[in-house]
Amino acid sequence: MTEQRHQVTVAVNGVARRAEVPARRLLADFLRADLGLTGTHLGCEHGVCGACTVLLDGAPVRSCLMFAVSADGHDVTTVEGCREPAGDLGPVQQAFLECHGLQCGFCTPGFITTITAYLEENPKPTEEEAREAIGGNLCRCTGYQNIVAAVLRAAELKREREAPHE
Amino acid sequence: MSEKHVGRPLLRKEDPRLLRGDGRYLDDLGRHALAAAFVRSPVAHARITDIDVGDALDVEGLVAIYTHEDLPGRIAEPLPLLIPHPDLTHARTPYCLADGEVNHVGEAVVMVVATDRYLAEDAAERIQVTYQELPPVVGIDQARAAERLVHDEIPGNVAARSVQENGKGDAHEAIAAAPHRLTLDLAIERSASMPMEGKGVLAHWDADDRTLRVHTSTQTSTSVRLAVAAKLGLPPDRVEVIAPDVGGGFGVKIVHPWPEEILVPWAAMTLGRDVKWVEDRREHFISSAHERGQQQRIEVGFDGSGRLHGLSVEIWHDNGAYVPYGIIVPIVTSTQLLGPYKVGAYRVEFTSLYTNTVIVTPYRGAGRPQGVFAMERTMDAIAEHLGLDRLAVREANLIRPEEMPYDQGLVFQDGRPLIYDSGDYPTMMRMIRDLVGWDGFEAERAAAAAEGRRIGIGVAAYVEGTGMGPYEGAHVKVETTGEIVVSTGITTQGQGHYTTLAQIAADALGVGVGDVTVVTGDTRRFKYAVGTFASRAIVTSGNAVAVAAGKVAEKAKRIAAAALGGGVRAEELELADGVVRHRDDPARSIELRTVAVLSNPLRYAFDEAAKAATQFAAAVTAGDEPGLEATGYYMPERSTFAAGAHGVVVETDPETADIKILRYCVVHDCGVVVNPRIVEGQVHGGVAQGIGGALYERIVYDDAGQLVNASYMDFLIPFATEVPHIQTAHMVTASGVNPLGLKGAGEAGVIPTSAAVASAIEDAERDRAVVVRRMPISPSELYELRKGRVHV
Ligand code: FES
Ligand code: FES
Repeated sequence: MTEQRHQVTVAVNGVARRAEVPARRLLADFLRADLGLTGTHLGCEHGVCGACTVLLDGAPVRSCLMFAVSADGHDVTTVEGCREPAGDLGPVQQAFLECHGLQCGFCTPGFITTITAYLEENPKPTEEEAREAIGGNLCRCTGYQNIVAAVLRAAELKREREAPHE
Repeated sequence: MSEKHVGRPLLRKEDPRLLRGDGRYLDDLGRHALAAAFVRSPVAHARITDIDVGDALDVEGLVAIYTHEDLPGRIAEPLPLLIPHPDLTHARTPYCLADGEVNHVGEAVVMVVATDRYLAEDAAERIQVTYQELPPVVGIDQARAAERLVHDEIPGNVAARSVQENGKGDAHEAIAAAPHRLTLDLAIERSASMPMEGKGVLAHWDADDRTLRVHTSTQTSTSVRLAVAAKLGLPPDRVEVIAPDVGGGFGVKIVHPWPEEILVPWAAMTLGRDVKWVEDRREHFISSAHERGQQQRIEVGFDGSGRLHGLSVEIWHDNGAYVPYGIIVPIVTSTQLLGPYKVGAYRVEFTSLYTNTVIVTPYRGAGRPQGVFAMERTMDAIAEHLGLDRLAVREANLIRPEEMPYDQGLVFQDGRPLIYDSGDYPTMMRMIRDLVGWDGFEAERAAAAAEGRRIGIGVAAYVEGTGMGPYEGAHVKVETTGEIVVSTGITTQGQGHYTTLAQIAADALGVGVGDVTVVTGDTRRFKYAVGTFASRAIVTSGNAVAVAAGKVAEKAKRIAAAALGGGVRAEELELADGVVRHRDDPARSIELRTVAVLSNPLRYAFDEAAKAATQFAAAVTAGDEPGLEATGYYMPERSTFAAGAHGVVVETDPETADIKILRYCVVHDCGVVVNPRIVEGQVHGGVAQGIGGALYERIVYDDAGQLVNASYMDFLIPFATEVPHIQTAHMVTASGVNPLGLKGAGEAGVIPTSAAVASAIEDAERDRAVVVRRMPISPSELYELRKGRVHV
């Protein structure tokens, strides 16, 4: 038996990417194996840990719970796409560095994407809101305190970077 | 002199790469490798009567199917017993693939290799294994009752029975003679390390070079290398093992070799193709290791001030179906139970029992959380019995600073005497009293009560043996570019060694941390190591880096003195700001990288540095070695003992019995701190796991031996919303064992959490006379306790 393959075109981090994949290929596996974008991680493959979170047309989705074929024609942003255009660390990434918001770094991509989307909605969160915002992602290393701090710092950095230059 | 780096909260060097998404974890490698999947036992205890692979053979992309029958030579034999012990009289270890019998759900039975993981799983699903089921032994009660046996030939399900006494008299007599006596029966449930990244192995066989390269998500690449070489019959020099970026370990990845670490390399050699296996989350639950599960009986004798005269502890430890890692966990429980206290005459006996469940090996804390739970519950029970303040009872029993080094009279897990090297426990207790607000708490309680709320406070303290031997080593090299490369055999799973070890090397060589690159866990770069576990990496490897870098500095001075000429002696030189210079006349200097060029008498001018060096006289002479590099080892005489105390305030809902942590405070002493930011992070992470263990996490087996909560949906790891803000205060009592004064910090946060939370819950519930004897505790269990039902 040979599996039928389907053409999928997804704009990943602003670049149109095309591949032929079986219908059951997970979006996460498509990104990692077919496109070689290994920044997206799989921690549970059942939708709980959030490590695999990517942004689909700007909104966080769990790429372990979605088929690549369902992303056909959509925009996907991964952690690789959360950098500044020139390749420097984006505001959320920079905030994680400054606040020691990661240890092993395995859960981190899912936090980066989740927080990136969140700050678009709520650019000035309180500490409590920041904690709530990351309440759907698991981290086994950090105890979250520094990630909460990173959310607040990222909001600050984002505002600074987006402020019109004098 | 350049500013020192040790002690500063520097940002981590490894982070930009990880943050960009450029990490290289196991599954990010070997994109074109074949994929392995496993058929694992769906039953807890059975004989395998048939394996039928017929239906799997026409699956597209299938490459190979292996059962135990296919395994040659030593691969067919049981896996090694890593840590034998004279008391471990009945050791059984698992096979790579089950040999006719399975002893827990999840045990590997068949290995399938296919062109991708989806197809490998398709094939695995079609393989029919017939099991003749045997009655399973699940839980400590059944193991103790021994009406059924896990291994037919092992009587009573007993793997080991061990007794230790501290040489301060007969504990039972001391208890009998004491003015007061209490007996406590306690229990702790199973939990597990649960790193976010599971295990994984990638193997590449170079048939021309006859070299095997294995990447594995391990805490010990050097030992995996020796294990693989032995099992596969290869000379160790033909095997390279690399731990790439590893997504957390917490103990489970120190076990080795896992069956897959043998099978995947063997398949790669056999097939002549790269093979990769990546554990999925369900596999991790049912086939990687668990920990914690224990029952304890404590008898204690004490006087009217709460001072202990005698303590006798009996422990029943669930070791799962096999004991490849020996009996380290119950040994740690029985020794570290003593904490910062003097207990009078002490006797501890443990029985390590087989059950038809996943193996039990160290998970962060490694038996200490259970020991601290026992000791601290005992302290609280004494206080309750005598009507004394709980902190006063603890203070009455503390070892005093002037009694250091203090010999507890036992043998520790490393086989060396349990001698505390340093510590100031009275100060530690004073600090936690202040930090958690112990003295003002009655007012706080009254204010809460006035609002109809009930709150309680608890404190628990621990001492943790860290930095055990036998050794670690490091190689330090100054490149001619001025880059310093530090290679060490320990592995890293997020502890920040790329930064902390760079800080130590930078100070020894007078350079910036930016000039130092650290390599860990790669046997191509450093072959002799033990591994990262037991809060030992920074102590052992850190001191080894200091030794190696110190040798490099000496050599640099020697070469620089010869090069500078004019009667300059090496002793007059110092390393600072990237140069070797005269202490009193800094203008007489030579760049460190130029010294690196001079250290190699091969004087071809490949680059500018080499050209610059040609102006100096040859500096390496007969008897010396070329290269500005050195290898150094640190071999601790014994462990060094860190300590800490946690204080917690909880609120319990009067109606629903919901439990909420209002305040969490940590006083922490890990000796000299290399990087406070990183230590703080370790503490936070440990506390979060401790809170998981106190309130949420438990591995649940049903009577048939099925692990019923093998997913993140059902095994409740705390999210950000369950972990409170953690307030920390640090104190430093430098280690008396190692030159840098370091103590380990990795496990600390998790150790006393269950004990502190139990104490606080009991305190909040004191009107209802709730007694907490078992952790974790859920709201429904607290609800039952309130009704006077025994919590079993
Ligand atoms: S891997 Fe997708 S949520 Fe865990
Ligand atoms: S940093 Fe390791 S799981 Fe979050």
